[in-house]
Amino acid sequence: MTARYSVGIDLGTTHCVMSYVDLAAGDDNSTLEVFYTPQLVSPGVIEDKAQLASFAYIAHPAEIAEGASALPWTAKPEHLVGEIARSLGSKTPIRLVSSAKSWLCHAGVDCKQAILPVDAPEDVAKISPFAASKAYLQHLRDAWNHRFPDQPLQQQDLTITVPASFDPAARELTVEAAREVGLGQAVLLEEPQAALYSWIEKSAGDWRNQVKVGDVILVVDIGGGTTDLSLIAVTEQDGNLQLTRVAVGDHILLGGDNMDLALAYTVKAKLETDGGKKLEPWQLQALTHACREAKEKLFNQPDLATMPLAVAGRGSSLIGGTLRSELTRDELNRILVDGFLPHAQATDKPVSRPRSGLRSVGLPYAQDAGITRHLAAFLSRQRQATDEFSAIALPEHASFLHPTALLFNGGVLKAGVLAERLLAVLNGWLQTEQAAPARLLQGADLDLAVARGAAYYGFVRQGKGVRIKGGTAAAYYVGIESAMPAVPGLPPAIEALCIAPFGMEEGSEQELPHDEFGLVIGEPVRFRFFGSKTRREDKVGDRLDEWGDDELEELDEIEITLPVENGRQAGEIVPVHLSAAVTEVGTLELRAVSRRDQQRWKIEFDVRAGEV
Amino acid sequence: MNTYTIDLSLRPTTFDLWHVCLAGTVAVLAFILIAVLISVLLGLRRCKSAPRTVEPVPAPRPEIKIVEKIVEVEKVVQAPAPEPVVLKEATPDAALQLLSLLQKEARFIDFIKEDVSAFADADIGAAARIVHQGCSKVINEHFKLAPVSQDAEGSRVTLNKGFDAAAFRLTGNIVGEAPFSGVLVHKGWQVTELHLPKLTEGHNAKIIAAAEVEL
Repeated sequence: MTARYSVGIDLGTTHCVMSYVDLAAGDDNSTLEVFYTPQLVSPGVIEDKAQLASFAYIAHPAEIAEGASALPWTAKPEHLVGEIARSLGSKTPIRLVSSAKSWLCHAGVDCKQAILPVDAPEDVAKISPFAASKAYLQHLRDAWNHRFPDQPLQQQDLTITVPASFDPAARELTVEAAREVGLGQAVLLEEPQAALYSWIEKSAGDWRNQVKVGDVILVVDIGGGTTDLSLIAVTEQDGNLQLTRVAVGDHILLGGDNMDLALAYTVKAKLETDGGKKLEPWQLQALTHACREAKEKLFNQPDLATMPLAVAGRGSSLIGGTLRSELTRDELNRILVDGFLPHAQATDKPVSRPRSGLRSVGLPYAQDAGITRHLAAFLSRQRQATDEFSAIALPEHASFLHPTALLFNGGVLKAGVLAERLLAVLNGWLQTEQAAPARLLQGADLDLAVARGAAYYGFVRQGKGVRIKGGTAAAYYVGIESAMPAVPGLPPAIEALCIAPFGMEEGSEQELPHDEFGLVIGEPVRFRFFGSKTRREDKVGDRLDEWGDDELEELDEIEITLPVENGRQAGEIVPVHLSAAVTEVGTLELRAVSRRDQQRWKIEFDVRAGEV
Repeated sequence: MNTYTIDLSLRPTTFDLWHVCLAGTVAVLAFILIAVLISVLLGLRRCKSAPRTVEPVPAPRPEIKIVEKIVEVEKVVQAPAPEPVVLKEATPDAALQLLSLLQKEARFIDFIKEDVSAFADADIGAAARIVHQGCSKVINEHFKLAPVSQDAEGSRVTLNKGFDAAAFRLTGNIVGEAPFSGVLVHKGWQVTELHLPKLTEGHNAKIIAAAEVEL
């Protein structure tokens, strides 16, 4: 059966959005629609909302009345997800699972181990980040199938978006989660690319007039929990405009939630010094909420100087128990605009402090809140990103890559002040290098663009409309101990062997030409695994014995265990060579291929246990 | 006196006027007989084949029903006894649901149930901010509101004959016939869209805010 709809799922850190387009409607009258997902908002109350909050709540058996957690398609869901999870979890954080997506990309944690919520006491049945992602996808699938019983989601064209900075293991986990809820047909798309697709779709053909050959589009996506950066080059082939994603940034855990929290802490400090009141944790949470609303008001109404804040007490006495304060425009500018988007120099780098040795298990949040510094570091690192395109001429003296156009995404940048600051800082850098200012691409839908772009991608995959090329955004290496005499006090030297070059296209495969490894049957063999977002020249089989500190990034180890079969004995050594393939879905697959009989074994990424 | 004898061996030797008339009449009668027979045959055939073509098309039946309905309605209108007016029963669940939403987002019941006289205006103002913020959130999320009249308040408007008396209320000096001309005092509000949350079976809507116990 052929798919009737192309469906896009934005599996976000704080929200999921599902969008769809009718493939049967023809090119001209096809309209993209956002799916309103039914979800519990409080026990017994179901509402359709454009966003599904990416939270899961592990309820105590006595907490919810019998039947009060029923959904239209099931009498008792396994986990509470959506708005209800967030609202219950705001009062009982020990049972709230949040930011599951960020954990997927967190090195050093086994994502299939039940570790969330991190602070949960013994008798809360924890779940894994993988299971949480699965629960969100399952909810979306069931909601869809309930509304379109004749067109089950399992049979539609499905695109799931992931951050451009997701490593191969996190991508693999996302696809696996989809596969386990029956959505094995899903393909992956990077979020900044989805945002650009959405912009192309919305411009209804006019995008060809807004960008020109030689443009470099910088996509800045500041969401609730993460900041994602991508560069897309505009070139020409056979008279047609061509888009190529040339670079992606690091996974930066920094977003709108940090901003609200920063405001809340400022107001808290004010309350504690002025009034001598000590705030309780629930008050801080309510204050964060109040700050978010005050922030939006101040951003939307530029003539307001201050915005009063009020936090109600928890008892039924509203008037007596209310806590009062205010948020001024000065504070807002100082904390958000100057704090998160400072006037950094193009040569700046994010400040990083050495992590303290005793660290509890937690997400590696960005240490420097200056998004502009992260941006400066990204652009300088990617100075060579467009070297292969003759159409894009970067001046000799350029110390960083010069973007010529800017596309925003993410709810944070709805605030005009923040968007203007970001553009001003970037144009300041460009001006010091005598480059033309970057122009802002207009007409983006900041909240829903990713899901919309993902649904539109289904069209693109059918050969309609322009497709962003790109392939893998990094080159991948395995670490090999070099054959050198051991030196006491120094760790054995490591060589990095390139197994997948930069920009490998979906559906292509590369085999290592010469190098052979002896694998012991029946025993797990581990390799150190590296990725590089800047080394574009390395080819398969290249060995590096030296590299710069910021050139190669160590990822989680990869592991392979050859099974005892085909008449082979445990302990026997099989000579293999490695091969890397990028699947049609968009995941990287590493295999060991036997030299003798061409037998293949898959090498697994998700071996993260033992490092916690 | 003429006497007529019947002799069957006699044969006419000349065709006189009488015989010609007789032959003509026979021919006409035979023609009529044949025509009638053919038309009867054709009619029979049509009657046989007619149900076959009608059967798969169900359209005529509802038509008949509609005709019956119209007749019935006319009868009701003509009936001299007035029908009892059926009042719409407001569903309590929806009202309770709205109260629950207002309490959850705006602490509405807490505010109304509190004795305001004991507090200073500044305290009431702070609380009112919470109530206002929450109420507008509930209203904006669940209702789409539009003014009934698109004219500016204070401007002169004219209501033509047959205007919707439910949407426009006349006040003051109501005399004469439409069109009425007057000043728009209030532009009115109408709900153009509403979506209230759905409730699960067995949900007790009367609990508009659960008692909270912290462990």
